[in-house]
Amino acid sequence: MPRKTNDYLWIAVFGLLVAFGIPWFLWGSTATWAGLPTWLWWHIGWMVLAAVAFAGFTRGAWDRGMDIDREGTDG
Amino acid sequence: MAESALPVQLSVIGAYLVVALVVGTAAYRLTGRDAEDYYLAGRSIGTVVLLFTTFATLLSAFTFFGGPNLAYAAGPEWILVMGVMDGLLFAVLWYVIGYRQWLIGRAEGYVTLGEMLGDRFGSNRLRALVAGVSLFWLFPYVMLQQMGAGEAIVGLTDGTVPYWAGAALITLFMIGYVVLAGLRGVAWTDTIQGVFMLGIVWVAVGWVLSSAGGLPEVSASLATNRPEFLSLGGGVYSPQWMIAQAVTIAFGVTMFPQINQRFFVAKDARVLKRSFTLWPALVLLLFVPAFLLGTWAAGLGVSVPEGANVIPVLLNAYTPAWFAALVVAGAMAAMMSSSDSMLLSGSSYLTRDLYRPFVNPAADDEREAWLARIGVAVFATGTFVASLFRPGTLVQVGDTAFGGYAQLALPVLVALYWPKTTRRGMLAGIGGSQLYYLAHVFVPATTVGGVTVFGSTYLTWDFALYGMVLSLALTIGVSLATAPDVGERTERFSVGTGAD
Repeated sequence: MPRKTNDYLWIAVFGLLVAFGIPWFLWGSTATWAGLPTWLWWHIGWMVLAAVAFAGFTRGAWDRGMDIDREGTDG
Repeated sequence: MAESALPVQLSVIGAYLVVALVVGTAAYRLTGRDAEDYYLAGRSIGTVVLLFTTFATLLSAFTFFGGPNLAYAAGPEWILVMGVMDGLLFAVLWYVIGYRQWLIGRAEGYVTLGEMLGDRFGSNRLRALVAGVSLFWLFPYVMLQQMGAGEAIVGLTDGTVPYWAGAALITLFMIGYVVLAGLRGVAWTDTIQGVFMLGIVWVAVGWVLSSAGGLPEVSASLATNRPEFLSLGGGVYSPQWMIAQAVTIAFGVTMFPQINQRFFVAKDARVLKRSFTLWPALVLLLFVPAFLLGTWAAGLGVSVPEGANVIPVLLNAYTPAWFAALVVAGAMAAMMSSSDSMLLSGSSYLTRDLYRPFVNPAADDEREAWLARIGVAVFATGTFVASLFRPGTLVQVGDTAFGGYAQLALPVLVALYWPKTTRRGMLAGIGGSQLYYLAHVFVPATTVGGVTVFGSTYLTWDFALYGMVLSLALTIGVSLATAPDVGERTERFSVGTGAD
């Protein structure tokens, strides 16, 4: 079912966001860009990406897993 | 500098406190006398206020002084831990636990976590256990704020004003504030302080950078003096440690009385949605500059006296005295407002979950209100006395409290979603993991047959994580092995038709 697929997709997105909140592939890297460590730039980009993904979730998939009918909760 | 700047510093801090007090008084006049209004501001909190009031309770001594201290001592990777913890994991839990609690609380009219669980499982014992555990771990965290304030004053005035005076000031102020204003006052001041801190931390970054010669200069001195700070990982920052910190704190935060109670106060679902989306952005805007300041201080060779915090010392060295005082006043006010929220929620746990059900079910509102306020005063005085002994650093004390709350999170999560959860399962999951955790905090590490028990890690992973696994296993295992008793009301947690 498309709705079910959509649910798994969101779980995967959240999982990925959390898993790479720390850029493990940059472990031990001392590279810098514009005076700040590269991994810090990753953090900045990742947080922006997370905010965008979360905004998408509240638009299209909010209430998933809550077992409720949608009307009356968007208040 | 300290001698001549002292009147300036003290008057800035004084002025800030007066502003907070005025806001509190205004909110007090709007607040009705019933519990739902006092504790939950009539469930009418909007996006900005909800976001900042939740954020401000996180924006405590732990994050504002403890975090930069850690960055100063060990490097800036703490930024990543905060990102995973607050920006990502907590945001997801905000939906998974928070939104569901909001739906249930709105339908059933709950004010506290213990009340919600006690009603669902028909058990006053469970209600008391949850409240008792929550109050127990609240103690070190309130103490942390007092320690932070004491250290802030020492750092700002170069020790002219002693540690105990800073801690005493914050204690008196927060008792007065909570006794006067309810959640509405606390939430308003949180918002003002949150916006203020967010702005001023960036001003601080700009000011420090320009007086130290610009970003290239500061980065170069960091690369020369502390090259290891630029690389990801190393020192205290192992993957195991970073993951354990992020996970235990994120889960722990959801069970903090003052955060958990916030789940009940949103005006409508839209408020929760917007707050959810804004989490990562807010984390980014506040913590990156705050922790970079701590990191740069290390590169610039700023030396921090024993028992002081790096932020006030750095600002005293690179910005005018009044500005340093303003930041410290803001940070102290943020700590107070965290403590206010904690004491307010703590007092609702005390009166609604312990006093009402066990001591005096017939207590009228006036009596309960008095008891709540006396409870706040006794609790805050107790934490003040304990804070004078300085039992550990800010991060250590905070960690212990977060870990204790984290043990509650998984049983609650299971109860919220799994209808087969039983009362015995909850009692076993919460009770068992708390015993395990307490034993590890208080029993000294010993080696039995080559294996260290009651130490801080097992197989390099933090003991608090094993406690969380234990809490999950016990809750599910015992629930499967036992049948629900009469009086357990599964339908309390079914929030809708469940038809689709």
